Amino acid sequence: MNNWFKSGTPWVWLNAGAVSVSLIMVVGLLLMIAVNGLGHFWPQAVVEFDYGEGEDAGTQRVLGEISRSETMTAAAMRDAGYTVPEDQTVVTRHLVKRGNRDATGRDFVWYIGENASEFRYPDNAMVLERLTWGDLIGYLKDYREGGEVVAEGEAARDVFAERLEQTRSSVQEIERIERFEIGAVNYEIEQIRLQQRALEINPQLSDTERAEQSAVLDELRAGFEEQYAELEERRNALRQDVRRYSITAELMDGREQEVVLADIVRATWPNAMGFGAKISHYGSTFWDFVSGFPREANTEGGILPAIFGTVLMVIIMSIVVTPFGVLAAIYLREYARQGPLVRTIRISVNNLAGVPSIVFGVFGLGFFVYFLGGSIDRTFYPEALPAPTYGSPAIIWASLTLALLTLPVVIVSTEEGLSRIPSTIRQGSLALGATKAETLWRIVVPLAAPAMMTGLILAVARAAGEVAPLMLVGVVKLAPNLPLDGNFPFLHLDRAFMHLGFHIYDVGFQSPNVEAGRPLVYATALILVLLIMILNVTAISIRNYLREKYKSDSD
Amino acid sequence: MVPTMKDENRVLTHGMDPAAMRGKGSEKLMISRETPAMEIKDLKLYYGKEMALKGVDLTIPKGRITAFIGPSGCGKSTLLRCMNRMNDLIDIARIEGEVLLHGDNIYDAGVDVAELRRRVGMVFQKPNPFPKSIYENVAYGLRLQGVKNRRVLDEVVEQSLRRAALWDEVKDRLNENAFGLSGGQQQRLVIARAVAIEPEVLLLDEPASALDPLATLKIEELMFELKDEYTIAIVTHNMQQAARVSDYTAFMYMGEMVEFADTDTLFTSPAKKQTEDYITGRYG
Repeated sequence: MNNWFKSGTPWVWLNAGAVSVSLIMVVGLLLMIAVNGLGHFWPQAVVEFDYGEGEDAGTQRVLGEISRSETMTAAAMRDAGYTVPEDQTVVTRHLVKRGNRDATGRDFVWYIGENASEFRYPDNAMVLERLTWGDLIGYLKDYREGGEVVAEGEAARDVFAERLEQTRSSVQEIERIERFEIGAVNYEIEQIRLQQRALEINPQLSDTERAEQSAVLDELRAGFEEQYAELEERRNALRQDVRRYSITAELMDGREQEVVLADIVRATWPNAMGFGAKISHYGSTFWDFVSGFPREANTEGGILPAIFGTVLMVIIMSIVVTPFGVLAAIYLREYARQGPLVRTIRISVNNLAGVPSIVFGVFGLGFFVYFLGGSIDRTFYPEALPAPTYGSPAIIWASLTLALLTLPVVIVSTEEGLSRIPSTIRQGSLALGATKAETLWRIVVPLAAPAMMTGLILAVARAAGEVAPLMLVGVVKLAPNLPLDGNFPFLHLDRAFMHLGFHIYDVGFQSPNVEAGRPLVYATALILVLLIMILNVTAISIRNYLREKYKSDSD
Repeated sequence: MVPTMKDENRVLTHGMDPAAMRGKGSEKLMISRETPAMEIKDLKLYYGKEMALKGVDLTIPKGRITAFIGPSGCGKSTLLRCMNRMNDLIDIARIEGEVLLHGDNIYDAGVDVAELRRRVGMVFQKPNPFPKSIYENVAYGLRLQGVKNRRVLDEVVEQSLRRAALWDEVKDRLNENAFGLSGGQQQRLVIARAVAIEPEVLLLDEPASALDPLATLKIEELMFELKDEYTIAIVTHNMQQAARVSDYTAFMYMGEMVEFADTDTLFTSPAKKQTEDYITGRYG
């Protein structure tokens, strides 16, 4: 036994065990996120069954997708108010997504398996993804144009599918007009309003000058308003046109409901789908999720603004934190006299990494948003006051706060890299008549570049996953505009933005419809993890390139 | 007859260029007849409170190879580093006395240290090529001086590598990383790098101690080649090496210059007992 200990075998087991446990945890987490997140987009079969308790058995028709099933003890079910036969010990229950939130009020309902008839999978069960009110699950009854029934039953399906495609492109055109064209015109009109306001509060102008310049702006505004009216007219015409088409669907309780095609995003008959159709459906829903804008309090639609916001924020943060961290580290390591003061500073910097991130958020709100942003507003944007320009949470402040948060990581790893460079190489450069600065920039910094990249990688990983401080300094539940668009100056650093991490929190814990949001939480988490991976892999490949380029035998 | 490196049976000391050996023995060297390149006058160096050099007086003759020998920690490397102010890098080092380079004290307040180090080059014990290509290593000193003309650079790089007897081995891979070279090649590259900026004095701090015998031999041959154009000062632990390559030898002990004479005299009839003890291997 003693020999066994001396041989070091227990250590090997212990170390290997630690590695395996970590691996299992990480892989398990990723798998869980991936399975739940990716599974959401796969078309679910629609089941139909008759349901009823006791003597009501079979009286109620239920139509929906099985969201999940679980087995409970009979006692627990009885406590929850269900009637369960005396001799039964376990009960299976199914959570059925019935959709039709507008008609039935509850779209997710638990059904006890024992009280349900056998499941049927009707081929004509239809799932409509709608712009509002979530999914509609029912049977297609007829297709109408301008209120007139054009086709009924099975025949309606093809006409409907064909028309839906055209309607979708019109609806997208409407969305495009609203979001981009009208958005751009609104932006211009707002700019003119601000310029006029600036004229009014400019004390250096005489009344005539003011009137002259104001007249010019008025003319401009009139032009834009004309454009606005044109766009609005075009949009209204399109809207009028698409609202003519509708279908009627029969719901699970036999009610009929009319749905305008313009409100439908996608119509599927999942039970009739082949494998290929399912794959293409999967691809298109996943793409819509990644490239679309959110709807319905973020529980439907896509997460493009959140992806965009996260990436942009991380990029701005990197641009800020890298030079600051690297310069600070170079000063601390190369120029500052190593003494108690530098040691104190180094310890403080390291401790900064341990400060809870929400504290950084509070600091960012107080210093960046209110103090810095407020000062900028008073100095440069007095015409917009009291509405803040930079004096409200914005992507620039979020990026700066995160840059502050990740600064220690960059400083520490850069210093580490600088201290690892052999002094013989520095002396070699100095002995050739290079000054200290020349040695630094030509030899030392390139050699330390991989270490700086390591710092940046750690900083990016930390920043992309951080949520708490962002809630105070720039992230919002729903941002009306992206921080980057076609209006000059294109990059609007003063805008609030959406963030994947906060999106997860919002959909998962703040949304009114928890069951509908659950798969989106997984899917969003998956996208966030993938995004961080992509950012990291990019940074790592840059680092490896640098390492190869500045290979020295010290590595 | 020029000996080839491939002949491994040759005794090491016989591997020298016979012409060089002959040239060395043919004339009697006299320090009083030499032109001084550097003069060291009553040089004292303190590391904090400890005195590492205790008043050294020495003349480095121009166009000659001067060797410094002595036991470890005797201050010979420190002395060498004083000659191009590399000791400035050590915060606690303090210097008294003068070091004259062609009559000017290099420790005067107005001296540009970078300029001085361009005139007094240095090669270190361990080969320290930069993590750049072979070409860029040699061109480094010129680029520092702002030379951008590709033709000038090409010419100097080739010339320097030829002088360092490295050109034939690396001419086809000038753009490869210098770390791909062997230790001996790296050291010759470092010498080429130092030679490229045409220094007046070349300081070699145990240039061959990290190399195998064949590479050492190459470096020694190289010193002979270079001696016509440069003044060379070399620190070495290896007394045979000092005897083989140098014209003058200084023996140092405990921070003091014990004896300085032409190499033949110092090794055949040393004036001091300490020197004799050291070169006959009684201590050190």
